[in-house]
Amino acid sequence: MTDKVLEAVNISKFFHNPKTFQVLKDISFSIDRGEFVSVIGKSGCGKSTLLYILSTMDTDYTGELIIDGENLKSKVDKELAAIRNEKIGFVFQFHYLLNEFDVITNVMLPGLKLEKLSTEEVRENAYQKLKILGIEDEALKKPNQLSGGQKQRVSIARSLINDPIIIMADEPTGNLDFKNSRIVFDIFKELSVEFNQSLLVVTHDNEFAENTDRIIELLDGEVIRG
Amino acid sequence: MKYKLVIQISKALLLARWKQTLVAGIGVSFSIAMFITLLGFMNGLNGLLDGLVTNRTPHVRLYNEVKITSEQPMDKSVEYNEDYNFVRSLKPKNENLDIKNSIGIIHALNADDRVLGVCPKVSSQVFYNAGNVRLNGVIDGIDVEGEKEFYAFDDYMVAGNSIDIETVSNSIIVGTGVADNLMAEVGDIIQVTNSRGEIIKLKVVGMYQSGMADIDKVQSYASVETTQKILGVSGDYLTDIKIKLKDMSIAPQVAKEYEELFGTSASDIQSANAQFDTGSSIRSLISYAVGITLLIVAGFGIYNILNMLIYEKMDSIAILKATGFSGKDVSNVFIMIALTIGILGGALGLIIGFGLCNVIDNIPFDTEALPTVTTYPIDYGVRYYIIAGIFSVVTTYLAGYFPSRKASKVDPVEIIRGK
Repeated sequence: MTDKVLEAVNISKFFHNPKTFQVLKDISFSIDRGEFVSVIGKSGCGKSTLLYILSTMDTDYTGELIIDGENLKSKVDKELAAIRNEKIGFVFQFHYLLNEFDVITNVMLPGLKLEKLSTEEVRENAYQKLKILGIEDEALKKPNQLSGGQKQRVSIARSLINDPIIIMADEPTGNLDFKNSRIVFDIFKELSVEFNQSLLVVTHDNEFAENTDRIIELLDGEVIRG
Repeated sequence: MKYKLVIQISKALLLARWKQTLVAGIGVSFSIAMFITLLGFMNGLNGLLDGLVTNRTPHVRLYNEVKITSEQPMDKSVEYNEDYNFVRSLKPKNENLDIKNSIGIIHALNADDRVLGVCPKVSSQVFYNAGNVRLNGVIDGIDVEGEKEFYAFDDYMVAGNSIDIETVSNSIIVGTGVADNLMAEVGDIIQVTNSRGEIIKLKVVGMYQSGMADIDKVQSYASVETTQKILGVSGDYLTDIKIKLKDMSIAPQVAKEYEELFGTSASDIQSANAQFDTGSSIRSLISYAVGITLLIVAGFGIYNILNMLIYEKMDSIAILKATGFSGKDVSNVFIMIALTIGILGGALGLIIGFGLCNVIDNIPFDTEALPTVTTYPIDYGVRYYIIAGIFSVVTTYLAGYFPSRKASKVDPVEIIRGK
């Protein structure tokens, strides 16, 4: 078993609409455990597309994707969902919290889906995660009662609930002001340093990227740095 | 996936849009309630109308018909065996209308497993004496206990007590028309003239209303013994034997069998009253068709609301899938929502339907045909509730199935990147 948590081998992707266009060209790289990696590049260079392939949500690609030593080619929808649930945590540009549930339940949902722990244990874990992010006081509020920065922190807590081997984030600060961006970055940094959490963050915030362990830069679907 | 979690998510989505949920649920309730009411009422009426005839009609009736002997002497001749028989204008033999060996036949019928009840009947032509005028009439001698049990005799009694014809000697139950013509009331004595011109006095102990004025003007009932006395015949003289079977559908075969076995004529209820059977089955068919249409319309309502819910909750579905819920989990959630609406709405509908039936059951309904019926008839058959219950679950499941498949196919990448 290697300490590579994620490995991409010759990943290519084509868009066929309106005409065939290669958006990713033979991308290969790997991420080690505990590494804090950022992916940067201009709009349209394919960085989000790459992230969604790496996250297993987009299965329409060529090449190989290995997460935690498992090759994900030829896995079916249900197996990929289980891998997403257990091994990958997600943070999006928008918080994507479910307004029907209170904060703590939002954090708990992926944990309940995993079914490894009892509801009480998942609840306890969710409190722990909220505490790490300093928002345990908001646990019983509905997401629409929170500020933008708080919502993003809740969604980070949700990504942590199953102790994933890697957290993927798509422009996590893209929708936040400077102060909240700072807070989110600090949280990621803390997770990386203190909890040895692997992170892969797509961003176009160069200042954010500068402070990560490693930068992968894409240009027109090719890796030009990293 | 744990059903608790599916239920938890479904509940949250349902409550988030509780007004729509309520509308969908009411749609189901309404259609189920209407289905129950419609079928209960329709079949209640069917039962009533059929009862007008079938209650009073025996499943098999044995009688003696005045007819030409089917096998004529000429047919038996060996000499003219090969020749054509031109003998026309045959006439029936003059014989009594009573059934031969009636006591033996009743005995044999009572031993037959397929037979529910046997009632003897003696029919007698008489004249009612209204002063100098003689009115045509028929007195049927009946076994009143049997008639009450198998032919709902008491449902048509409008005055007096039917059992009195057995206990009071020389007593009679007159049709309401007869009573009007004779100006007779319960307790009065009327006079009838039998076919031999003898005048007999009978005490009126009750009145009977069949609902058919022509019958009520001529028909009266007395006990078998009284009628035999009027006719001046012996105690085994019976003109009809009325048979109720355990299973009405076998009546035609049984009638044929008895015809051969007992050497009498036999008629069955199906050939005697074919049109009633057809009428009621078509009425049922129509009410089922209307009821099921209502349920399907409610199903489309649920389908629409779920489709709308899916468009509204696209983001939530995407995020559930991104965080590890499979397509099946998502579709389970939507099917659960549909079934919840179906089961709760359906249950409420059953209760409302029962209530509406009750209301109709208490609306006054006076009919000449059935003197004992005072309110609209309702059939509270459990089968309508079972059909409605099953159908509500099946329709809502189908209404949820297609939207849920759509939800399970939502591509989270498209939704999340679309922002």
